[in-house]
Amino acid sequence: MSGYRFRILPTPYEQAARAKQRSQLSKALTVTLFALPGMMVFTLFLLIPIIQSSYISLYRWDGFGPLTEFVGLGNYDRLLNHSVFQASVSHSFLIMLLSLAVQLPMALGLALLVGRGNLRGKGLFRTVLFVPYVFSEVITALIWRYVLYPQSDGMVNTVLGTFIPGFEAIEWLADRNLVLYSLFAVLTWKYFGFYMILYMAGLQNVPKDLEDAARVDGATEPQVLRQITLPLLGSTIRLTVFLSVLGSFQQFVLAWVLTNEGGPANASQLIATYLYKFGIQQWWLGYGSAVAVVLFGITLLFSLGYQRIIMRQDYAISRD
Amino acid sequence: MRRSLQGALKYTFLVLLCIVMMGPVATAVLGSLRTTGEFLSKPFGLPEHGIRWENYQDILVGRSFWNSFKNSVVITAGVTVLNVALSSMLAFVFSRVSFRGRGLLFNILSVGLLVPLVVAILPIFIQIRQLNLINSVFGVILPLVAFGLPGSVVILRGFFINIPGELEDAAYIDGCTTFGFFRHILLPLARPALTAVAVLQVIASWNEYFLPLLVLNDPDLWPLPLGIMQFQSQYGTDYSRIMAYVVLLIIPAVLFYLVTEKYIVTGLTGGELKG
Repeated sequence: MSGYRFRILPTPYEQAARAKQRSQLSKALTVTLFALPGMMVFTLFLLIPIIQSSYISLYRWDGFGPLTEFVGLGNYDRLLNHSVFQASVSHSFLIMLLSLAVQLPMALGLALLVGRGNLRGKGLFRTVLFVPYVFSEVITALIWRYVLYPQSDGMVNTVLGTFIPGFEAIEWLADRNLVLYSLFAVLTWKYFGFYMILYMAGLQNVPKDLEDAARVDGATEPQVLRQITLPLLGSTIRLTVFLSVLGSFQQFVLAWVLTNEGGPANASQLIATYLYKFGIQQWWLGYGSAVAVVLFGITLLFSLGYQRIIMRQDYAISRD
Repeated sequence: MRRSLQGALKYTFLVLLCIVMMGPVATAVLGSLRTTGEFLSKPFGLPEHGIRWENYQDILVGRSFWNSFKNSVVITAGVTVLNVALSSMLAFVFSRVSFRGRGLLFNILSVGLLVPLVVAILPIFIQIRQLNLINSVFGVILPLVAFGLPGSVVILRGFFINIPGELEDAAYIDGCTTFGFFRHILLPLARPALTAVAVLQVIASWNEYFLPLLVLNDPDLWPLPLGIMQFQSQYGTDYSRIMAYVVLLIIPAVLFYLVTEKYIVTGLTGGELKG
């Protein structure tokens, strides 16, 4: 049993004043203690490497010894004239365009189908359509390598053979003209659920009474969609376009494993797989740095440009 | 009548789509339970000569699977703990302490949102070599933390900003220190957001293949995505074994997803999707 202890407590006002003074004094300390560890890791492992790579890209360097062989923009010159690099860039653009034209509308359609109204089994549908997103890219690629197995006993070829009379097995991953589309199909399988989830979240902010009011006024379903739902979903759509474009340029592991290092004969090389194959595997680190700078440049230019366009579009919508 | 027909069509379409989505996974599961011969002659038949558990047994009694599993756990735990700790501290400073240069610092951090790991992999590799972190798990963990930070900070900052200022004033009047407020009031209130951030980090670091491929030369240090690639090159055309390994990796992913679905969705959508 402890006895009572008496002491004079400061009034709440005095306490507040002291706290304020103390917070002024310790603000610098707080900021330092709280921000320093995170900013240090960020600087050491993100900021410095990126800045360094633009410097290294001006040298020919095999990764050993000091940087001595200054080649100026020579790496960039070689890079931009390398037909495989040009092809890689166009492959990345193709994947990007297909994602915008196929994945996003598909995701939006499904979000409208599954996310609106009281569909029974909504949760189950959402889970099944979204779950490939959490699979690792390596697993996804390995599964699909067997699903797209070139002989007639691969799953896709078997299914097609069952429904199409006289169907001949297709070499999905070995055909130069098909491999990019096969890759795109797998990317769609894995990623469209992600966009669907974003659209479903966006749709929850579209007031249902507004759509109902339009219907009462005699608007047809396509009109409601075009005039009301889509404009109100504008910010989500612009976000998904942004993420989809960036995502397309960042594809690496899935493409690398699925197509066996960008094959056949570089027919499915993307910018990032090109960087790995020619910059890192060959130990041309100066050259690889130049690829990284180009890739970063494309990403940054697009991001900054797009932010501006978003602003302009948002402005246009608020004016309407 | 027309409505119910529409409903039936909608269901048929969705069910078909789900079958298409799950087909590849079903192929992997069925393939893993049979011999490679059966798998190749009939890609998605049922096991006719009894279920072949040996495919799983061989992997599960081997040392390398569990070793890779352990490495994955170490990397994932390290990345997640560090990311949550550092990003919540940064988000606190960016949301509740005003100081000079705050905007600039935040903008610098935001640049990180535009740089995926893939873009910077070569410079990171060079930096890791300079810091002598090749063949060290920290060479994998720290860059993953750095690249995850900007996203986590943005999510947490959005959450912290919405916690009313009166709460903070009250805490200081009651004699709370800055750290005390952060630790005992802010963090418990932000638990859903912290969980969402943690869950996204777990998925990203558990699945990471590229960085460990470059940084870790010693197969003893390899996490599961590298382990399965090594297994795959070892067993070449023994597809049923490889599918067994795939299924062993899918099971925890699906379980984790089912348990954390709410948080994954919250994290990805900034807390907007319910139900």
